[in-house]
Amino acid sequence: MDETKRQAIRDLLIEYGLLLDDDKLEAWVELFTADCDYRIVTRENVEQNLPNVLIWCKGKNMLADRITSYRHVNEYNLHWDCHTISPPRIAAEADGSWRVAASYSLFQTTLEGQSRLFSVGRYRARVVFNDNAPRIREMVVVADTGSILTLLATPI
Amino acid sequence: MTTPLNVNWPRDDYSRVPFWLYHDDDVYALEMERIFRGPVWNYLALDAELPNAGDFRTTWIGETSVVVSRGQDGIVHAFVNRCAHRGAQVVRKTHGNAIEHVCIYHRWCYSNEGDLIGVPFRRGLKGQGGMPADFDPKQHGLRRLRVESFHGVLFGSFATDESSGAARLESLHDYLGEFGRTMIARFFTRPICIMGYHRQLVHGNWKLYAENLRDTYHASLLHEFFVRYGLDRATQKGGVKMDERHRHNMNHAYAGTDSQDEARAAYADQKGVEVDRLQLRDTGFLKFVPEFTDGMNLAAPTIFPNFLLIQISNSLATRQIRPKGKDAFEIFQTMFAYADDTPEMIEHRMLQTNLVGPAGYVSMEDGEAIEIAHRMSATTLNDHTVIEMGGRGAITDTVHRLTEGPIRGFWSYWAELMDVEATGGVR
Repeated sequence: MDETKRQAIRDLLIEYGLLLDDDKLEAWVELFTADCDYRIVTRENVEQNLPNVLIWCKGKNMLADRITSYRHVNEYNLHWDCHTISPPRIAAEADGSWRVAASYSLFQTTLEGQSRLFSVGRYRARVVFNDNAPRIREMVVVADTGSILTLLATPI
Repeated sequence: MTTPLNVNWPRDDYSRVPFWLYHDDDVYALEMERIFRGPVWNYLALDAELPNAGDFRTTWIGETSVVVSRGQDGIVHAFVNRCAHRGAQVVRKTHGNAIEHVCIYHRWCYSNEGDLIGVPFRRGLKGQGGMPADFDPKQHGLRRLRVESFHGVLFGSFATDESSGAARLESLHDYLGEFGRTMIARFFTRPICIMGYHRQLVHGNWKLYAENLRDTYHASLLHEFFVRYGLDRATQKGGVKMDERHRHNMNHAYAGTDSQDEARAAYADQKGVEVDRLQLRDTGFLKFVPEFTDGMNLAAPTIFPNFLLIQISNSLATRQIRPKGKDAFEIFQTMFAYADDTPEMIEHRMLQTNLVGPAGYVSMEDGEAIEIAHRMSATTLNDHTVIEMGGRGAITDTVHRLTEGPIRGFWSYWAELMDVEATGGVR
C-alpha cells in the first residue's frame, strides 16, 4: 500500500515535468487540488525569512488564470522548457498527506534551437490522495537561480 | 581618461537616438565615470534594511560594488567594496551584521565606517618585515561615498570633496527637487517593512530600461493585462510630470476614471490589444484598497540615473538599475509593506506581487521588449530611434500618457553629463 503510493508520487512528479515540457499546461493544472497553494520563491529570500514571491497562486483558479493569461495576453521570450527532476525524497505525514522534496534543473531553448540553463532549485511539495490519485496541495518552488534571466512566464 | 565622445544628433530635441549609443564600449565606460560616478545621487538601499549597528548590504552603483553599512555611531555609511591593499572584494555576502569587515586575502580589516583598522604584521615579526614606518592606515581606508537619506531612502554619490564632480553636485534636496521630494514623501508616511527582493537579468543596455521607465506610450500596449483590468490605460486620467531639468519623471494614473466601454472604443483599432480577451476566474487579488489621499492607483517616480519607486495598486517597491556591461543589466527590486499593515493587507500585497517583478502580469513583457530592441539595434548601429509620440521640440509635462517626452528628457540630461549635448539642444 505504502509503496504503491510512493510509486504514484514518483510518477506524479515525472508527469509534472513532462506536461510542462510538452506545453500541456492546462493538463498540468489538473495535477493540483482545488485548494492548492503554488509559489515560486527564491533561496535568497527564504534564507532571510522574507516572504516575497515571484508567483503566488492561492487556489487552482489562480493557477489556471496564470496559464490563461500566458496563453492569451502576456508577451514573453518564445521558448521550449526542459525540466530534469531528481528522484524525490518522500515522507508520510500524520494527517495522511505526503511531504515530497526534489531538485530540478530547467533549461530553456529558443525556437532556433539554442539552449541555456534557466533555473535550478528545489521542489517542496505536499501531496494528498483523492480517490487513490495523488494531487498536489502545496508546491513551493525554491529557486536557487534568483536572478531571473529575461523574464519568467512559464511555470517551473 | 577616456577618449572624447562625439555624437552627431540627427535632431536637437533628442527625438532621434543613434543606435550605437547603446552598443559602444567607450560610451559605456564613459557612462560609468561621468554618470554613475559623476555629479548625481544614486539610489543605494532603504534605511529599513539596516535596522542595527553593524548591519550591512552590498549594492551596486553602475558596475561598482558598494557596501552600505550602519556604523557603530548609528549613521549609515557607504564605501567601495574593494580592498585598499590589492583590490580584492572585501565583503562577499549580500547582507549581514558584522563588527568589522576583513578582506580574506591578507586579512586587512576595516571598520563599519570603512576605515582601515588592522594590517596583519604591520610592525613585522622579531624586527623583520612589516610595513614601512610611515605607513598611515588613515590614508588607506575604503573609498567613501557621500550618503544622504530622504524619508528613509538612502542615496549615495561619488562626487565627494576630493573628486572633480563635487562642484557640480547639488544637495540631495535640490537634486530631487520639489517633484522628487513630494513623490518620495508620499510613499513613506508610515514606517515600512521589507518583504523581499526580485532580481531580473535582462540582456540589453541599461539605457533601454531607463527609457522604458519613462515610456508611458508602451504601458497599455505591451502590457495588455493592464488594459483588460483597468490598472493602467490611455483612457484614464493620468499623465507625466518631470523635474525642471527633465531628468526625473513620474508616470501616474487614476483607476476608475474611464469606463470599460470607453476603453473598448479607444483600443478597438489598436492591433494586438484586446480589452476583453482575458477572462480570469479569480480577480479578487486585483482589488485596489485606496491608501493614498491623492487617489492614484499607479505612481512611478523615476529618479535619474538608477532609481524607481513604484506603486501599482497595493504593491509597493523600489527598483534599482544595475548595469552589467554594455549588453546587460539587473533590475533589483525591493518589495515593501507598511509595518502597521494587518496580516490581511500583507497577504493582499503579496498576492499583488503577481503583477510585478520578473514574472509580473504587467511587467514581464519589458524583459522581452528590451532584449529584442537591443538585439536588432546592434545590427544597424548608424541608424537611430524615432521618438515623436507626444510631439517634437520642447519637453513638457502632459495630462495624458500618449507621449515619449520623458524619454527625450532622459537623453537631454544624459547628453549634458556626457558632455555631448546637441548644438542648441533642448533641455
